[in-house]
Amino acid sequence: MSSSCGAPEQGADIQVGANEVVLTGKVRSEGGPVGGAFVRLLDASGEFTAEVVSSADGDFRFFAAPGTWTIRALHRSGNGQASVNAEGPGVHPVEVAVA
Amino acid sequence: MSREDVLVSAAWSEENLNTPGVVFVEVDEDISAYDGGHIPGAVKIDWKNELQDPVRRDFVDREGFEKLLSAKGISNDDTVILYGGNNNWFAAYAYWYFKLYGHDAVKLLDGGRKKWELDGRPLDKEPVERAKTTYTAQEQNLALRAFRDEVVDSIGNKNLVDVRSPDEFSGKLLAPAHLPQEQAQRAGHIPSAINVPWSKAANEDGTFKSNEELAEIYGEAGFDGSRKTIAYCRIGERSSHTWFALHELLGHEDVKNYDGSWTEYGSLVGVPVELGSGKEA
Repeated sequence: MSSSCGAPEQGADIQVGANEVVLTGKVRSEGGPVGGAFVRLLDASGEFTAEVVSSADGDFRFFAAPGTWTIRALHRSGNGQASVNAEGPGVHPVEVAVA
Repeated sequence: MSREDVLVSAAWSEENLNTPGVVFVEVDEDISAYDGGHIPGAVKIDWKNELQDPVRRDFVDREGFEKLLSAKGISNDDTVILYGGNNNWFAAYAYWYFKLYGHDAVKLLDGGRKKWELDGRPLDKEPVERAKTTYTAQEQNLALRAFRDEVVDSIGNKNLVDVRSPDEFSGKLLAPAHLPQEQAQRAGHIPSAINVPWSKAANEDGTFKSNEELAEIYGEAGFDGSRKTIAYCRIGERSSHTWFALHELLGHEDVKNYDGSWTEYGSLVGVPVELGSGKEA
């Protein structure tokens, strides 16, 4: 168990538990993957749920619950967001473009 | 207390990087963040290895805190500016900790690393050496710290502010959504607690909302300004952020942080636990 509230390394391989809902993907801009972006998970009502920093390759990952989520990325080069509908357990890919 | 007594802006900070008597300290949950680039001249405090007792679940004692600050080159007369990642969670935790040991001249950099990075302000990897000092700490100010028995006794008569996400509060999740959900203790919240996620106090860029906005947010959630208050989360750092908003920004006088938080309370035998979204305000 991690006693920290720090996120594990983004983009690392993980074992997904049978009941876990994982939202994962990359932050991109026209120039390629964007590392160091602040990636925020917002619930269906737009309420903040969690935040991670994208890895050097732009990767991010959240452990969520079934539902519709918005993923919003902030970076000094620009902001952007995308939505993802996670109907059940498993890995749900999503890409976020910032400009 | 005015906002300027407890918060500094990123712009002020950049102008005061070399001001004598001002020490910048980065506190992160991710200890590699500092090494990848920090505010020029800032020293690092590792919240886990330097602020926690290595064996028992407790803080370093007074003597340990004195040794730590002496080694970091921080003196009793210095103004300490704390900042960190994750919207200043651990910087706010360290702020509370500095206050607990009686260091009054401490402020948070509003927005922390996030605001600094979004502004495109400078970071460097230069090693920072500060001359050692002889720091003297006070005994812990327990007016700021709640323990489990007091928390149980506070059910129904103090403001219990649960600052975790709604899904953690209701019992759907045991940890924030960016973490694996592997804890074994019971889910839910302390009966009579109101749920005001820490994030309600912060803007998207990590800075604190205005006092007017904060007063409205807590008021709408059922916060009673005439009652004493205990804030808690999972391990006590997100609730430090809310403790800062309630005690330092809004000026509520009797506000404690319960650092045992849900990882302690949710493992206690026999205490009441409530599930669901709780009582409507």
